[in-house]
Amino acid sequence: MNHEPLLLATPSGDALNLRPEGPWTAANVVTLETLSRSVGADVDRSRVVTLDMSGVSALDTLGAWVLEKLSRRAATSGRSAEFVGVADHFSGLLDEVRQVNRHTPAPTAAPNPVLARLGDLGKSTADAREDVTIFLQMLGALFMAVIGVLRRPRSLRLTSLVYQLYRIGWQAIPIVALITFLIGAIIAQQGFFHFRRFGAESYTVDMVGILVLRELGVLIVAIMVAGRSGSAYTAELGSMKMREEIDALSTMGLDPVEILILPRVAALVIALPILTFIGSVAALYGGGLVAQFYGDMGPAIYIARLHEAISVTHFEVGILKAPFMALVIGIVACSEGLRVKGSAESLGRQTTTSVVKSIFLVIVLDGLFAIFFASIGM
Amino acid sequence: MDVSQDEFAIRVRDLVVGFGRQTVLDHLSLDVRRGEILGLVGASGGGKSVLMRTIIGLIPRQGGTIEVMGQPTGGHGRGAATTWGILFQQGALFSSLAVRQNVQFPLRENLVLSQELMDEIAIAKLEMVGLRAQDADKYPAELSGGMTKRVALARALALDPPILFLDEPTSGLDPIAAGDFDALITTLQKTLGLTVFMVTHDLASLTTVCDRVAALADGKIVAIGPMRELLQSEHPWVRAYFHGKRSQMLQHEMR
Repeated sequence: MNHEPLLLATPSGDALNLRPEGPWTAANVVTLETLSRSVGADVDRSRVVTLDMSGVSALDTLGAWVLEKLSRRAATSGRSAEFVGVADHFSGLLDEVRQVNRHTPAPTAAPNPVLARLGDLGKSTADAREDVTIFLQMLGALFMAVIGVLRRPRSLRLTSLVYQLYRIGWQAIPIVALITFLIGAIIAQQGFFHFRRFGAESYTVDMVGILVLRELGVLIVAIMVAGRSGSAYTAELGSMKMREEIDALSTMGLDPVEILILPRVAALVIALPILTFIGSVAALYGGGLVAQFYGDMGPAIYIARLHEAISVTHFEVGILKAPFMALVIGIVACSEGLRVKGSAESLGRQTTTSVVKSIFLVIVLDGLFAIFFASIGM
Repeated sequence: MDVSQDEFAIRVRDLVVGFGRQTVLDHLSLDVRRGEILGLVGASGGGKSVLMRTIIGLIPRQGGTIEVMGQPTGGHGRGAATTWGILFQQGALFSSLAVRQNVQFPLRENLVLSQELMDEIAIAKLEMVGLRAQDADKYPAELSGGMTKRVALARALALDPPILFLDEPTSGLDPIAAGDFDALITTLQKTLGLTVFMVTHDLASLTTVCDRVAALADGKIVAIGPMRELLQSEHPWVRAYFHGKRSQMLQHEMR
């Protein structure tokens, strides 16, 4: 028995007799490709090619196709090729293979790179416009849902709202407090380290207080919530979309915005200011600890300096931004979730998009607020 | 080679599978002959899919032996794709790969061959399962249910495995598509000499395609044989299955 496939070529004048032997199967594909290449020139020279199949011990689709390809190569431009000595149990497979790969689709021409680049640019511009439209649509739908709830307070999904508050508010407290605590401590350390050179250490407290209350507290918390809860919203709504749950809701005459999205966004709008407050306190506490152990400033002095340096205005500026940031995060997360299409890949892509987009918008919004508060003198 | 190895593609002996305290398969024995199409029927949630998944090594067994092509199975190492092809119920196509790459995947992972030959083989397989070359560049999300099953079948057959497992191949297909699929499986089984293990609820498939039918009830194979014999079976569950209103109607219409 042969364990290696062979291909014997016996030319006689114009004719060529090819005799494949042994197992012509996928396991020997390397040998098969070499063999079929090696007889290629002979096949092109001959007018009549006979493939004597009687020596083949095993045949599968791959082997049959390699042979069929040889016979097709031989049968071009008025020349001929035929299979002889085909065993009964191989004939079905050979017949099957003879039918395939007859209509190779014309290869699509590679697009002009300049045009392709321009096309991409145009497409992303159109996409950006669509993003704005979707954002505004979602804002409008939420507004209508709020009006609906105000008209019929019983239609508020209280259970869902409380559950979402627990998930994105209560359960987020430890990590939010830890991170803002560390950020506060790091800022205070940097302040003491650099201000010490001009003997302005006591101003570190002003810096920590203003920075944390006005900007950093809310920004860090919003970014963390976008990563933690925004992505969860997108993934949840996306998989509901994939499993047609949202379609099921709509066909029952219920509004998915009111049932699924409003409680989620409302929970964010309520939770983010609270988390910001907790985060700011944790950051000030972190700063205080550094002041005591690194800056040689006791708690009493730290608190007294803090009292002088900051006012309620600073706190208001920070906390006022929180609900708006929550709204942006919620809307982006939910609308990206609804844009998920059938595949798992699309779910992953939308979740990434949701997080990137909401962090970007949170920072842009923070910039706009900075201009706004500066111009009204807060 | 001894005789038993020649005759049977799959031999299951005293198989016990359970989850927690619940025993799903209770000392089950089953032989699948080489080159036959065996249909497996059973109640929903009765362990049909569990049996199939245990044979292919996705579910650990608590007792018993399973031999596939004369070799005892133990997990699924590399090269499993050359032993068997599996058509999962939902197709289980890789969603990030185009149809062509899905079919090429087993070839690419198991063999060393040129891209040209790989493309030709993929198209050949797709055409054998009744798709067109133009479909090769679509992604799984763009396919209809019937096409998904066909692509999944093409992928399962990519390496010409001797055994093919089908998990409810016709579920979710319209009767015409289901009929086509049955015919396709019969044709492929004849041309490639496959052994087919098919879990199905489709009575039409059972009657037209399967050489033998095995009935799974209470964790055991309670009846096995050609459809004619199963219709004569005295086992209460088998009687209820094949002589219920729906089944009777179908059988009458077939006569």
